[in-house]
Formats: sequence, C-alpha cells, structure tokens
Amino acid sequence: MSTPIVADAHSEHAHEHHVGFIRHYVFSTDHKMIGRQFFFTSLFMMVIGGLMAMMMRHELAWPEEPMPFISWIGEPFVFADADKGLGYGAFGPEFYNSLFTMHATIMIFFVVMPMMVGAFGNFLIPLMIGARDMAFPVLNMLSYWVFFVGTLVMLAGFFVPGGHAAAGWTAYTPLSSVPEYTGVGWGQNLWCLSLIIVGASSMMGSINYITTVVNMRAPGMSWFRIPLVIWSLWITAILLLLALPVLTSALAMVFLDRVVGTSFFKSLSGGEPILWQHLFWFFGHPEVYVLVLPAMGVTSEILSTFSRKPIFGYHAMAYSMISIAFLSWVVWGHHMFLSGMNPVLGNAFMISTMVIAVPSAIKTFNWLGTIWGGNLRFSAPMINALAFVSTFTIGGLSGIFMASTPVDIYIHDTYYIVAHFHYVVAGIIFAMFAAIYYWFPKMYGRRMNESVAIAHSLLTFVFFNMTFFPMHILGVGGHMRRIYNPMQYDFLHDLQGINVFITYSAFALGLTQLLFVGNLFASLFAGKRATNNPWEANTLEWSLPSPPGHGNWPGPLPVVHRGPYEYSSPEVAEDYLPQDRDLGPGVHAAHA
Amino acid sequence: MMSWLPENVSTYGGQIDGLFYFIYYLTGAAFLLVHVALIAFIFLYRGGDSRRAVYSHGNTTLEIIWTVIPAIIFVALGIYSKPRWDNVKRFLPPSNHQVRVTAKQFNWDVQYPGPDNQFDTGDDVTLENDLNVPVNTVIHVHLRSKDVIHSFFVPQFRLKQDALPGREIVAWFEVTKPGKYEMPCAELCGFGHSGMKGWVTVHTPADYDTWSHERWPQANAAAAPGSTAQGHG
Repeated sequence: MSTPIVADAHSEHAHEHHVGFIRHYVFSTDHKMIGRQFFFTSLFMMVIGGLMAMMMRHELAWPEEPMPFISWIGEPFVFADADKGLGYGAFGPEFYNSLFTMHATIMIFFVVMPMMVGAFGNFLIPLMIGARDMAFPVLNMLSYWVFFVGTLVMLAGFFVPGGHAAAGWTAYTPLSSVPEYTGVGWGQNLWCLSLIIVGASSMMGSINYITTVVNMRAPGMSWFRIPLVIWSLWITAILLLLALPVLTSALAMVFLDRVVGTSFFKSLSGGEPILWQHLFWFFGHPEVYVLVLPAMGVTSEILSTFSRKPIFGYHAMAYSMISIAFLSWVVWGHHMFLSGMNPVLGNAFMISTMVIAVPSAIKTFNWLGTIWGGNLRFSAPMINALAFVSTFTIGGLSGIFMASTPVDIYIHDTYYIVAHFHYVVAGIIFAMFAAIYYWFPKMYGRRMNESVAIAHSLLTFVFFNMTFFPMHILGVGGHMRRIYNPMQYDFLHDLQGINVFITYSAFALGLTQLLFVGNLFASLFAGKRATNNPWEANTLEWSLPSPPGHGNWPGPLPVVHRGPYEYSSPEVAEDYLPQDRDLGPGVHAAHA
Repeated sequence: MMSWLPENVSTYGGQIDGLFYFIYYLTGAAFLLVHVALIAFIFLYRGGDSRRAVYSHGNTTLEIIWTVIPAIIFVALGIYSKPRWDNVKRFLPPSNHQVRVTAKQFNWDVQYPGPDNQFDTGDDVTLENDLNVPVNTVIHVHLRSKDVIHSFFVPQFRLKQDALPGREIVAWFEVTKPGKYEMPCAELCGFGHSGMKGWVTVHTPADYDTWSHERWPQANAAAAPGSTAQGHG
C-alpha cells in the first residue's frame, strides 16, 4: 500500500522544536494548530453572539426600558437615561434590527461553522483517517487567516456610521440592497464583503477536506471503515463546495446594487426582488445541513463509544447522510411558500421537504438502537450527545408543521419558526459541547473537570428548553419574529408573561456558560494530564499521545484492521477494540 | 399548547387549524415514542461493571420498518395538506368585492374602488391602515408594495401573504364573524417594522351599507361594491 507524498514529507522531520513561535502558534500549517485557532476564534465570537441575544431578550421582556451596562454604545443607537444615571440607556428599533441580524450571522458563520467544521474538521480528519496532515497544509493555513480577516471585517461593521447590517441574516432584497430602506450604509456593505471572504475560507477548507479524505486514508481505512463524524464532515465539505459559489454570487449582486448602482433586485428598474430569496435559500438549505451534519456525526461517535456498543446500522447512517446531501438541493422553496412564488411550486417543495425528513428520522431511530442494550457511561460527552438527540427530535418534529404548506401560512414568520430553528441549530451546541468534552484531552493534553462539566451540561439542557420551548407557544399565539416591541400589538398583550419567562431563562442559560468557560480555561492550564485513550475508544486518534505531535504518528502510519465501532466485541476481553490493533499474524497480511 | 391559537374567524381557517391539530397529535405521539424509549434506555442500560453491552451492528428488518413507515406518513401528510393549500392560495373563489392594499414603509394603504368597482378612477377612496369589509363575503385583496417586501398577516383569518414590489398578488378571505382584527406586517421591512399594523373592520351587512353610504353618499347603496347582494352566493 503506497503512502501519499505529502504525508511522507512530514514524517521525516517530526520535531516541533524546529519551528519558531510564529510558525508554531500563528502561521502554522499543522492541522491541529489550525483547528485550535478556529476553536478559540469561534469561542470568542460565541461570547459576542450570546451577549447580543441577552440584549434582545431584555428588550422583548421589558420593551423600550433602559438596560444596564449598554450606555457606552452611545447615540444614535442607545439613548442615555438621565434618571437612571451612568451606565443606563434604552436602544431603538434600528439597533434592535442590527442585533438580531448580527446574532444570527455570528452564530451561524462565526460560531457553529468554524467550531464544528473549522476546529473539529481540521483537528479530526487527519487523525481519524490516519494521515500526517491535510493534503494542502499551506492552503489550510490560508483558510484560517482568510477567515480571520473576514471576522475582522465583520466586526468592523459595528463601528461604522449607520450601524451594522439590519436587514436580517437572510438579507431579503430590496431591504438589504437599497441603503435608504434601512438607513444602514457601510455596515451592510461590510456584511456582504465579510461573508464573501469567509466563504472563500470555507472553499479552501472544503477542497482540503474532500481531497484529504479521498486520497490520504491510512492503509486498510476503506470507505466503510471511516468513522461517521468523518463521513459527516466530508459530505459537509461537498455541500459547502457546491453551495457557497451561489451565496458569493448573490452577495456580490447585493453589493453591486448598493455601491455601483446595478439593479439586480430593484423592481423599478427591471430587477427582481424575489431572485435573492431563490439564490439565498438555494445556498441556505444545504447550509442548514452543513451546520447539523457534523453535529450528527459527533453524536453517532459519542453514543457508540459511551454505550460500549457498535453504532446501530452504520451503513444506514452513512447512506442517510448521502441522501440528505442530494435532497438538500431540492427543498429550498419551503422557505418561500408565502413569498409570492407560484403556489403550485409550494406543493412540489412540500413533498420534497417531507421526503428529506425521512433520513433524519432514520438517524434518530438508529441512535436509539445504538443505546439499546448498551452499557451506558454518563460522562459529560454522553450527556450532551443524549441532549442533542432530544433537542434534534423536537426540532425535527416541529419542522413538520411548517413543511405542511397550509399550516405554514399561519406560523410562517412567527416565533414558531424561531423555536424550530433554535431547536435544530442552537441545539447543535449540545453536539459542540459533547465534542469539546470528548476531544479536549486529545486537543490540549489535559482533562476537563468532570463534575463541573456534568453540572454545566445538565443545567444547559434545562435552561435551553425553558428558553426555546415557550417560543412555540408565542408562535402559536401569532407572535411575529423580528419585532422590537410586542406591546405595540393588542393581540400579543396576553403573551407578554411568556416573553418575560423566556428572558429570565435565557439569562440563566447565559450565566450557566460561565461554568463552561471557567472549566475550559482552568483545565487548559491546570487540568489533570490526559492519557492516550481516556475514554477507551476505538478510533485512530486515541492511539496517539495527547496531544499528538507534529506529523501525528511518530513511527509509520497505522494499519487499519476493522471498522470504528467494535465495542464489546467477542474477539477480545476488553469492551473495546481499536481500529489499528492487530489481533494476530496472517489475518491482515495484505495490509502489513 | 393549541389553546393559544387565536380565535379563527375565516372560512378556511378551520381547515388550517384542523391540520394543525392533526400534526400536533402525530408529532406529539412521535415525540413520546422517542422520549419514552430514550429515558427507558437510559435507566435500563445505565452502566455497570458486571455487564457487557450487546454486540450488535443493527437489524435490517427494523431499519426497513422505521424507514418505510415515516416515509409513508410524511408523504401522505403532504398529499393530505395539498387541497387545503390549493384552496387558500391557488384557487381564487369568484367575487366582485375587491380592495387594493399597498404596503409601504410603514403603513398599509387601503384603496377602495368605489361604486364603479374599478381601481384608479375618480371615486376611489384610500384609507391608511383601515380595511373595511362585509361579513360572509369573499374579499379579493390585491397586494402591492411601494418599497420593500412586506407581509400581510391577519392572525384570526389564518392568512399571510408577502407583498412584493413590482408585482400584484391577489389573496382572498371570507370572514364569518363581525369585529375588529389587527393586521400586522409579518416580514421585516425596516426600523419601523415593529408597530406597522392596521385594522380590519368586519361589518355586519347593515353596518357595511351604512359605512359605504357614508363614503360614497352620491351612489346608490345597493350598487356599492361588496354590498351583500353582490357578495358570496
């Protein structure tokens, strides 16, 4: 079996002391360091996105009342309150619109994507398929630094006159494409530019992931021995590669409409406002799976490991992800049932949407099948993986309401939608915590405090549900999304108590995260040293030191003898059987 | 949860609510199925040193069952939903009672065609955020927008439809109960989106005749558009 040239090049000088500080920590080409860079950037952005959510919740519970600690934002967005003194102010609807626009933008493009795809994709793919690095290490480094520039451009938008983008993360034209309609100037322009830059970064990452998985698998790592999390990241990379050019083109069109004076989306001069929605959601629906597929992969990995049991229906799990990859291109119209597109199309998109629910159902049942008959260990990763199964089930089922076109007429653009996509997309946070608690020892060489981690996981699950479940009720009551002050509507007065309840729950959810941040940083510097395989798992990364050195494998590349989920196998006395353990001479002579 | 639905007052709202309830019970059952199994497995199979997990890679029969059954249910639900969607959005019941609603940042302009039932003639009347219609009559709403995308939403009618600049979209409703209903905008349309709302006043036939007589005193009340004689038959 031949080994790829790139991998060989690395193996000859697997010594970290050869590179200086800059090459090691800043402009690193090591996939593990790049993964860590994405990790900390997205954690930082999560703090910003989370604080914005807290500000929105304050506004919705106590509309137009002064809020502590925000007067520094200054006019014209926050009005000083003379009575309350220093540090108090109330903000207006322009700022509120920026808040929800940027909360979503940050959480989707700067938290979930860089964490699940950027951090864990980079860190795990070479380790789990048995490669020394990515196929294109320099491109990989570039991918992070391009992302970093995109992040700076996005953050710069907060400081320009007119404020940041305020047309929603969906940026429906012509609201987003004509500056006069929002009053936002360069904020929206920078928003477009930043997403184009970040998209370029994702393209580089995707090319790397696809190539690496196809070409650089260790000897014996056949397609159906690849861990499911790698399957999910590989399919995600393909979706990104195909979807991002559409978004990039559409963003360029909005930018040109705004800055150069073209009229792609201006109806008065022959443009078509609804074209943006078609382009955006043609990207946007695959994007939803870009966000959720890695979470599904992580969940499969962890449920199997902590049930000490093979994954139930490995092939079905892989094929259901492949079918999602195909179907996700033909469901975008379900975001547009009421947009004014031909209602006949509504019927077609309803049926395709119903069909794409099937693979998700298969995955849920197979997860249940995995824990059935297991020997469950309730460590922090397992608790979070189980929480993800629960929230994903709720999010998937609530999606059936809006897939049904007649019901969508009523609940479209209400808090029912907000509840639904937070159960799906914000629910990914459980897969994220599961992944962090699970791979932290491998990433940083130390263990996180388990008791704090379990307390954090359970409290997060409770407050998550207390925050997002009542939003279904608001939606059923007709509460529109993206409104600044619900008290402006007579029919929403009776629902205001629920808004207050949600806000208190959201504050509790936010405060709970201090446990996580504290645990993370304390463990980073003072955690117990991690052994190679603290969870007694099977996949290849656990056969390496924690953390693995440059080039990953000190000696020759591992040889893979079996699939990744041989837990409780009758072949061995222990309840796990690593992929690279050779059980005897002659059995796998072909790979030796 | 369903008791939070606002009262339905339109002819097709009952069909939408019925489907809402049906999906609610269907998904409620699926939710219980998954969560009862999840919680039961968590208790039944919690770890112990003396036990060893079952060594199983799956069960093809089971997997086929839980692929095919959801597939049939989902597609059947789509087929079951289709006529109700067609009824609201595809097939416009005939009516000669029409009104033009033009959305703009941040108001609804409601243009009444007047006794000649033609838009853009001398007897048109335009009211801001004030839509008046008779009860038990099919109303055609010609939706337009002057600037950005807005969405015409009346929660009690179970009707929502985006208004697009550069196009006219005809929506319809028939209300069965007189009263005043809030008419918010449901699509983000700028800083004044929150608070962009109007009122739909649904009149009894007698009240509606009085209202149109006040608007068009010179016209014969019986010839006024949408008087009950011309309404939904």
